[in-house]
Amino acid sequence: MAVVYQKPRGLTDAPLSYCPGCTHGIIHKLVAEALTGLGVMDKTVGVAPVGCSVLAYSFFDCDMVQSPHGRAPAVATGLKRVMPDNVVFTYQGDGDLAAIGTAETVHAAARGENITIIFVNNAIYGMTGGQMAPTTLPGQITQTTPYGRDVSGAGYPIRICEMLATLDGVAYAERVSVHDVPSVRKAGRAVKKAFQAQLDKKGFSLVEILSTCPTNWGLDPLESLQWLKDKMIPYYPLGVMKDLTGQGGGQL
Amino acid sequence: MGERFLMKGNEALAEAAVLAGCRHFFCYPITPQNEVCAYMSRRMPKAGGTFLQAESEIAAINMVLGASAAGARAMTSSSSPGISLKTEGISYLAGSDLPCVILNIQRGGPGLGGIQPSQADYFQATRAPGHGDLRILVFSPATVQEMVDTVFDAFDLAERYRMPAMILADGLLGQMMEPVEFPAVDVTPSPKPWAVGANDGSRPRNVINSLYLQADVLEQRIRERFERYRQVEQSHSRCEEYLTGDAEILTVAYGASARVVRTAVNDARDKGIKAGMLRPLTLWPFPQEQLRAAAARAGAVLTVEMSMGQMVEDVRLYTGGSVPVHFFGRTGGVVPTPAEVLEQIERLNAEGGNG
Amino acid sequence: MKTPFEMALIIAGFGGQGVLFTGKVIAYSGLLDGREVSWLPSYGPEMRGGTANCGVCLSDRPIGSPLVTRPDVLVAMNTPSYEKFIGAVKPGGTVIYDATLVAPVTARDDVRVFGVPAVRLSDEESLEGISNLILLGKTLAETGFSTRETVEQAIRKSVPARKGHLIEHNIRAVKLGMGL
Repeated sequence: MAVVYQKPRGLTDAPLSYCPGCTHGIIHKLVAEALTGLGVMDKTVGVAPVGCSVLAYSFFDCDMVQSPHGRAPAVATGLKRVMPDNVVFTYQGDGDLAAIGTAETVHAAARGENITIIFVNNAIYGMTGGQMAPTTLPGQITQTTPYGRDVSGAGYPIRICEMLATLDGVAYAERVSVHDVPSVRKAGRAVKKAFQAQLDKKGFSLVEILSTCPTNWGLDPLESLQWLKDKMIPYYPLGVMKDLTGQGGGQL
Repeated sequence: MGERFLMKGNEALAEAAVLAGCRHFFCYPITPQNEVCAYMSRRMPKAGGTFLQAESEIAAINMVLGASAAGARAMTSSSSPGISLKTEGISYLAGSDLPCVILNIQRGGPGLGGIQPSQADYFQATRAPGHGDLRILVFSPATVQEMVDTVFDAFDLAERYRMPAMILADGLLGQMMEPVEFPAVDVTPSPKPWAVGANDGSRPRNVINSLYLQADVLEQRIRERFERYRQVEQSHSRCEEYLTGDAEILTVAYGASARVVRTAVNDARDKGIKAGMLRPLTLWPFPQEQLRAAAARAGAVLTVEMSMGQMVEDVRLYTGGSVPVHFFGRTGGVVPTPAEVLEQIERLNAEGGNG
Repeated sequence: MKTPFEMALIIAGFGGQGVLFTGKVIAYSGLLDGREVSWLPSYGPEMRGGTANCGVCLSDRPIGSPLVTRPDVLVAMNTPSYEKFIGAVKPGGTVIYDATLVAPVTARDDVRVFGVPAVRLSDEESLEGISNLILLGKTLAETGFSTRETVEQAIRKSVPARKGHLIEHNIRAVKLGMGL
């Protein structure tokens, strides 16, 4: 029987723990494909966050470290300083990276730490049951913004990619999405480019991937993809925010 | 005997860490431990190591976590308020069975407190260095030479038992200079089969993790860890006994306050009072057997600390009411004087030891 | 039985006068003499332009508290320091102060007190900035905490490499102080 689709090498056989319709699975696949495509899976160490992807250490088929909440860039820094020739990446959600771990994120970027961050932005805290995230859109209803995010009290969402792009240590920052097949393909190229930047010792690379949370958004998977496209992308424009990789391309 | 150098405790300890094979040091500035960072920033590049000034104590301890996960001998240093920030990371290190060395050059607290020497972090170090069921090794040097010697033990035991080790010193030991000798070694740490790194598939995946969502699995992991702690307790508690053989008044003190007490004990002996001192060199594991034995010979115990009384609770715990336990302390950064301690010893002596 | 040697010194003045360095040279001398020594600085914000002091203990026995509360010797380089510590000096102790800068208010008749115009002498003798070692020389002469040869060696050990050219000046200042 002809194989028409298979799980990429680079992921273990552990069943993914994500909700039906959640795009974490797609993003895991893109990361694994990029690492295997570059032939570096056997020298890669990943850092799992706290959040929905806390169990990422079970899914990526490489050595993994599970980090305290938000500290993944600091943990990755420690790893990378011991093994500068290995590939070190973190996989973080928006609460982990853009709220409790903002300092670690910004300073790893400012140092030009030669690591890659896969930043999954789904505008909500998933694992804890759908609370407001730093990236929750104005007016968006969550468990802790039951009347919609009121920016007069809850403040504004953070555009991480744009913010980090202002830092000299950042070699590559791009925002992509996974709401349809062309977007997924572009996201895959961005992830691969980020890892290539690390292999070329260019410095800090980050790919922000807009993602869905059907469970906590209260939408079915298809509606979620549409919501991402209609609501998130206007607030979080896709594209390359910074590129010093010298690899060219990358524009969407 | 090698050359004796005149060095500050902070700098001597930093040099010793390098000789002990530490090549990854992460810190954040805080008084009175700044000389450790400054020394490392000069020394590490020459030793081919990493010195990194982190954005916070939180980041620094997590960099230690990452470096340790990769199998390196990693260290961070701070002082009391900064150690509070590190407790999160210490808990994760303990829960992930990772070794490391944490230096606390204690200053007065709570809050911002002060910057003068203190021993008010005893509870934090020995009871709650982080959340959860855990222990860490706690060493308590009292001289600059011991600051050096302790670093080697701290790294060795931390690695052997895969647990964090803290060196609990204070501003006085960090800032003072004393003659010090360094062992003629440059330790090459042994490879760690559990460390993360490149893997061509010839071994199972290594995962450094503290998360166990199934309660019974977590319980099992903790029980295994506590079995290691039990071995540590059985084999590695250490203390110095000074004139305890015939001591009727047994003082108990560690670190800088033990220096003060030693002088007071000498002065008491000069006055014909049979005083002695038991000085824990490890606060966890606490030298409980040695304390019980020495206390059994004495009529009274006097614990002296630069706090409102923290170790004294362990002294009472481990003597189990067999002997009256008294306390004298100064706090907030005030260092007790030998005269003050002598006065306490004399008072107990006059009261027949059990006042 | 010979009484064991034991001496506690406080060196005090303004930050920048070489207070800590003076103490370090004394401590290093003790080390070279094979003694137990300790050196403990005041530390913290008060060092920036304010008063600075350090305590040095020299002993034949292990040193207990390095915190000097009852000094045998006080070296005072400014008036506030003189006044702060003069009362703490042990009876029979020695006080050396810089007479150019210190205007003593409190007098003691149970200690030996020596005013040395160290800053003026350092200016006259082209030893600008090292009046502290003139005071150290006087302290050495009056207390015998070590020998001149040892102190010279201690200076060579204590002066950082980038200031190596000042070593001979320092030694000359000590000799000058000893002769006063």
